[in-house]
Parts: sequence; C-alpha cells; structure tokens
Amino acid sequence: MNKVSNVTKFSTEKVQNRNSTEIYDIEKIRLDFPILSKEVYGKPLIYLDSGASAQKPQQVINAMSEIFESFYSNVHRGVHWTSQQSTEAFELSRETVAEFINATSNNEVIFTRGATESINLVAHSWARKYLKSGDEVIISHMEHHANIVPWQILRQEIGIDLKVVPIDDDGNFLFDEFEKILSPKTKLVSVTHVSNSLGSIVPVKEVIEKAHSVGALVLIDGCQAIQHIKVDVQELNADFYVFSGHKLYGPTGIGVLWGREDLLNSMAPYQTGGEMIASVTFEKTTFKNAPYRFEAGTPAIAEAVGLGVAINYVQAIGLENIAAHEDVLLKYATKKLLEIDELIIIGRALNKTSIISFNLEGIHSHDLGTFLDRAGIALRVGHHCAQPVMDRFKVSATARASFGLYNTKNEVDSLVIALEEIRKFFN
Amino acid sequence: MFDELREMYQEVILDHGKNPRNFRRLDEATCLAHGNNPVCGDTLVIYLILKDDEEILDVTFQGQGCAISIASASIMTEILIGKTLTEARRLFDGFHDMCTKDDFDFSQINDCDEDSLERLSILSGVKDFPIRVKCATLAWHTMQAAVNGEETISTE
Repeated sequence: MNKVSNVTKFSTEKVQNRNSTEIYDIEKIRLDFPILSKEVYGKPLIYLDSGASAQKPQQVINAMSEIFESFYSNVHRGVHWTSQQSTEAFELSRETVAEFINATSNNEVIFTRGATESINLVAHSWARKYLKSGDEVIISHMEHHANIVPWQILRQEIGIDLKVVPIDDDGNFLFDEFEKILSPKTKLVSVTHVSNSLGSIVPVKEVIEKAHSVGALVLIDGCQAIQHIKVDVQELNADFYVFSGHKLYGPTGIGVLWGREDLLNSMAPYQTGGEMIASVTFEKTTFKNAPYRFEAGTPAIAEAVGLGVAINYVQAIGLENIAAHEDVLLKYATKKLLEIDELIIIGRALNKTSIISFNLEGIHSHDLGTFLDRAGIALRVGHHCAQPVMDRFKVSATARASFGLYNTKNEVDSLVIALEEIRKFFN
Repeated sequence: MFDELREMYQEVILDHGKNPRNFRRLDEATCLAHGNNPVCGDTLVIYLILKDDEEILDVTFQGQGCAISIASASIMTEILIGKTLTEARRLFDGFHDMCTKDDFDFSQINDCDEDSLERLSILSGVKDFPIRVKCATLAWHTMQAAVNGEETISTE
C-alpha cells in the first residue's frame, strides 16, 4: 500500500487548489496554523512578525514529520527504496519551486540555506570570477545587510565600486537617480524587490530592463516579495532571484537561488565536496552542472520538501488572494495607527506590501516591544538589519508590524489598543 | 493591562528615562568609552574625570536608547560622582548580581555603599526580562571599559 508513495501524495496536494474565487476564509486558514491558537502570558498570541519569519501551516509540519517517520534517507546516493523516495520528494520540490517562479528549467533552482547564502553564492561564484577593479555594483539605500556586506567585501578584496540608489522621504526607490548612477561600468545591479524595513516595492522589471541596456546583470532579493507578489522570473527577465523558505511559510535552513542556466553553468563552484563533482582523481576534479555544482554536501532534505509543500499551500489559497487580503490589512492598519497621537509611520511608499515601521514619539521601540510582548503581540523592534535605512530617517530603531496571510483586522485593533495603553503608561 | 511591567518601569525609571541627569558631553574628560547594544541599537558614550586614576570627580553621558538603558546610565552617573574606582567596581558587581541572580541577597554584599545599592535596586526588575538585562548594564559595562582604557564595548 505504501507503494503509492508519500511523494505522490505531496504532488497531488498541488492540484487540490481551492477555488481561487471563493471568499478568503480567514478563520479556516488560521486553523491551519496551530501556533495561532496559543496563548502567551495568558493572552492570545498576535503574531505580527511574519516579515522576520512566518509561521508554518500544519501541512508543512506534517510533511516534514512524515519524511522522518516514513521514508527519510540521504538523496542522490542510495539504490535503496528510502533514498529513491527521498530523492524523488526532494527533486519534486525543486520542480515545485521552478514552476512557482516560472523558471525555464528545474536546473535553474539551487537550494541554499537561505537568501543570505544565495547572495553570498553569487558574490563568490559569479562576481569574484567576473568582476575586476573599477567595475561597479549598484544596490539601493534600503537593502538588508545581507545585500550590502557581500559587495563591501568584494570592494575590499578586488576593488569594485559600490553605488547606492537613494530613496525619497516616503521610502520610494528613486528611479531617476538609478538611471543617473547606471553606466557602462555597471556590471551588477543587486536590489531588493521589497524593502524589509519599509515595505516599499521596487519597480524591478523596469530596473532590470534599464540595467540590461548597459549590459549589467541583475540580482533581485525577493525575501519580502515572494510571499506577497507573483514572481515570474522569465517575465521579469532577471538574471538571479533569491529568497528564503521560512518567510514563505516554509522551514528555516532552506532557500533558493534562481539563476539563468547558462549563467549558472559559467560560474565557479561555491563550496566543494560531495554531490557537486562529476569526477574526482587526485590530479583533477570536474564539476557537475547546475544545480548540483552549487549543492556540495548533503542538502537540507526535509526542509526542501517542506518548502515545496509551503509553496503548494500558498498556491492553493492563491497569491493574488493573499495579496488582496494583506493589502486590506495594510490600509486598515495604516489608517488606524495614524489615528494614534504622536505615532509616526516610517515608509509611506506609493507601492507597499504589508509592512509598517513606526515609532511612538518619546518611547523607544525597545520599550514598546517589551510592552507589546506582554500584551501577547509579537513584532520586531530594532534596526531590522537595515541600519542605512534607520540613518536615512534619523531613527535608531523602529517597531515593525508585518502582516501575513493569517492576520486579521481584530489583531490590528488589538495592536492599536495596546499602543494607546502604552502611551498612557509613559505619559 | 501592563501591571506586571510596573515593577520594571517604576516612576523613577520613567523620570530618569525622560529627563536624564548629567546628560552632556564632558570636554575635559580624562577617559571615555562608546558602548553599544547591537541587538536594539542602544548607543552610549560615558565620560569620566578621574583624579590620580582612582577618584571619580565627574561622570556624564550622552547617547540614545530605551528607557531602561538611559535611566540606568543617568542613575549611575549620580551614584558614581565622588566615589572611587574600587567602590565603582564593587557596585557594578553587586548591581550585576542583582540583575541576574534569582537568589541575590543584599545582606551578602560586603564593602559596598548600601544606599547606592538600594537606589540601583529599582532597576533589578529586569531580572524577569533576560533580554533587557543588557539594557540595564550597558552604562556600567561602558564605564568599566572607559576606566580600563578601552574605546568601545559591545554587549553582544
């Protein structure tokens, strides 16, 4: 009976899509996330920190347990049944990712530990091989540190120049300024799709088109976009697109580097070891093509499968439905928060995802975080690994509410009530 | 709604947080250090004037941070002016234990100015909020770095 394998079961979940036109059944969706029914300090958990990491639906939790309970083994290694099953599930997940972002081929999907590793991989395997002193890399002012530091290291090591596209006071990407910075010296434009601290959506399609006109390649950091916006890498015409699994309702420890296949196969290996080699003698080693060239060692097998299931979950609800739901929350929360005296929202870009950074005048966000925590509200306070953004807005830190597919207007109301109480406490 | 936080955020702390004492740059400082808590972005500069490398003639600070870290720095400056470095180190040890040890017992602290410890005890509420202990002790770590001749200290 087990021959109708678990793998088949995972793949069938993909076709059992909910009818995307049905009403967004938030209560039903919330039931999929066991943690959302927990209490903290005797109060219902209100989780507004999906931008840092999203909670996991039961489907993902079950799939990952099931691997270990039923068919776990190393992949690509064994002739035995468990290894075949694991390999099939692992590769099926790669296919799920490829279809999700409309990659040309499964070979373009490289599993990494997360977006940070994906960017570092490109810095190491592409940039280190092809960039030379005086070449320019362009980033934006609202990059996560993970898309700043790898390029600074290259600046130190090989003397590239790093240029930064400014943002305006609302957190909009200044396209005109980008055009001015862009030149034949530009070899790579590496920008975020959505700012993790401000929620601003960068017009990446236009950025890519413009960058290509001077012959530069483009890497898009999709960490905060992949769970909100339908990404089609072919339509975008990107060169690299990276994201993490855990912000997409999947597990930690798994992420994706998508790259054009010819580009990937022209790149140097990242780490070396097992799985990534074609042949090894003591004299010479030849490497496999992508994706295996970049997947040295035993990968995060259950996590990769978990990511595939998370993608199926999101697709079953429908990304456009999720985006619509989150947009309602964003607009509602923005309006409600601005009704609070002395509350300032940092980041009022025209196009935003459901991230709201804010400060309450006279109350440090770290104090806010402690108080909100006691109200059962989980949100992030601090610099959000985007210190240049904090400097740009002359703040040392902000509180950031980030809404996911499971959040509700009632939760926004609870946040607003708690913030009013905190103001009273401090005044 | 926030009754359990009254212990950590007492009126005295809120007052020092809003109106920090000795909050200024000290141009004639004989030693200073920058302290930062990278987790939450708190940054402090502690300035001291020492006489004969032992007597603390003046202490001031500048910086930004949460109510706890600013209040702690403010209270520290008030307490340390006129103390010796030896006394300052003992107070820091006592304060650190107070903020981290469940079985902290005032009576076991010897050779320490009791009035000062008593004043510091209003910050000991952080004990129940482990992540906030660094906020309460940042100023003290920075003071210690300054007198040890270190220019910067990070609590991470």
